[in-house]
Amino acid sequence: MTLWQPSASRTALLARQSLYQTIRRYFAEQGVLEVDTPILGQAPVSDPNIDVMSIDLVHTDTRRYLHTSPEYAMKRLLCAGSGDIYQICKVFRAGEAGQRHNPEFTMLEWYRLGWSLSQLMDEVATIVHQSLEARWPMLPVLHFSYAEAMQRFVDIDVHRATDSELAVIGTTLAGQDLGLSRDGWLDIIMSHQVEPALPSDTLVFINDFPASQAALAQVTTNVDGIPVAQRFELFFNGTELANGYFELTDPVEQRQRFQQERERGTLDLERPLDENLLAALASGLPSCVGVAMGLDRLLMHQQQASAIAEVLSFDWTRA
Amino acid sequence: MANYSTNEFKSGLKVMLDNEPCSIIENDYVKPGKGQAFNRVKLRNLRTGRTIDKTFKSGDSLEGADVIELDMEYLYNDGEFWHFMATDGSFEQHGASAEAVGDTVKWLKEQEKYVVVLYNGAILTVAPPNFIELEVTETDPGVKGDTVQGVYKPATLSTGAVVKVPLFINIGEMLRIDTRSGEYVSRA
Repeated sequence: MTLWQPSASRTALLARQSLYQTIRRYFAEQGVLEVDTPILGQAPVSDPNIDVMSIDLVHTDTRRYLHTSPEYAMKRLLCAGSGDIYQICKVFRAGEAGQRHNPEFTMLEWYRLGWSLSQLMDEVATIVHQSLEARWPMLPVLHFSYAEAMQRFVDIDVHRATDSELAVIGTTLAGQDLGLSRDGWLDIIMSHQVEPALPSDTLVFINDFPASQAALAQVTTNVDGIPVAQRFELFFNGTELANGYFELTDPVEQRQRFQQERERGTLDLERPLDENLLAALASGLPSCVGVAMGLDRLLMHQQQASAIAEVLSFDWTRA
Repeated sequence: MANYSTNEFKSGLKVMLDNEPCSIIENDYVKPGKGQAFNRVKLRNLRTGRTIDKTFKSGDSLEGADVIELDMEYLYNDGEFWHFMATDGSFEQHGASAEAVGDTVKWLKEQEKYVVVLYNGAILTVAPPNFIELEVTETDPGVKGDTVQGVYKPATLSTGAVVKVPLFINIGEMLRIDTRSGEYVSRA
């Protein structure tokens, strides 16, 4: 095959069209508003683990950042009183290229006002099931807390384990000492041991993440008195499909987290804080839950594709 | 040698890992939605053939290994080294130690072409072609007309290799052997 030709088959193109139709029909029936927010923002995402792409506009001193998720702009809409909203858009993350990653990929993100995280997980399961129904008429759903998953698949008490205990397990799994932080080793254990051990052909939700991995989720205390992030991830047959939050609404806390992330990151890029987001939060974000889902990954499962390129009209190498 | 960053890792790339030359077999990019990015890499130690799983932080790098693969013809054994000559017209010659030749010794036939891996200019490994034709030097007499499936007898080949062959095979016959499994394929 030559590089001018698409990396997706016509079948995969049709599947994408029909996936978008399914999603849009679902949200239309639910009365959720479809929105379209800017791709080029004045401030980038604060998460130091995400590499942002930026462009410098010719003849001006202006730098703009390609969004890595439409989260900030959508939250500003929520603050302005939009009500429930969703968006299907391309997002951009530098360097993320591989079998299941393309630096430019399609995200479905939506927000529900006044909902609980468990209501949102049910809705995520419904949408995923609708799009995978042809291949999986029955799709069981399992829920684990982060601690339960670590207990069951790694046999550790994750909230009480010391940093060095986690480093020992992580070093064995990685095959070498990578000198990581606690969260870095947790990522290794999660990706190397927990994810491969999760039951297949099952939607597996993991929630109650360690507070240190809260990102923009609220932190609450669980039944054991341990602070956990009100955040979930959905795993299906070896891939991460969605990431949801009970959204942080406190602007002071938000600013603190932004600052912390800034200090933690070894950024090549001086990242300005998104003052517009902070101002919007200060005016009031209604209580809400939000989730981002990778639609290319969903299509990969539906089409039984082994590489993300098979569901993209033109993958990164052909774009 | 140049350094290669994880984003340049691809199968076939030759790198140094713990002072051993290795070839990358698989490179899988792992990135939790929120969290650090890693590369899970499967490598083959080119000296021992052993495969190794290692995870790297994305952005880490490894030194390239001075490794080249050459098609070479086997010439002769001088009692200590097995000598090979490049078939690319350069007539470049190298001697391989017993360690480098390894199990391939039982498939070494003069004028046959082998894939030789050179590391820092010396032979590291010698791989035989997938199929090779060798003469039977020793076996029980053939039973004419006996083509019963699944019944075999041992036969020694000109290189010293012993393979299982059908009962009708005789001394002096040329056989086609699959060197990967060490199994008889057919009469040549």
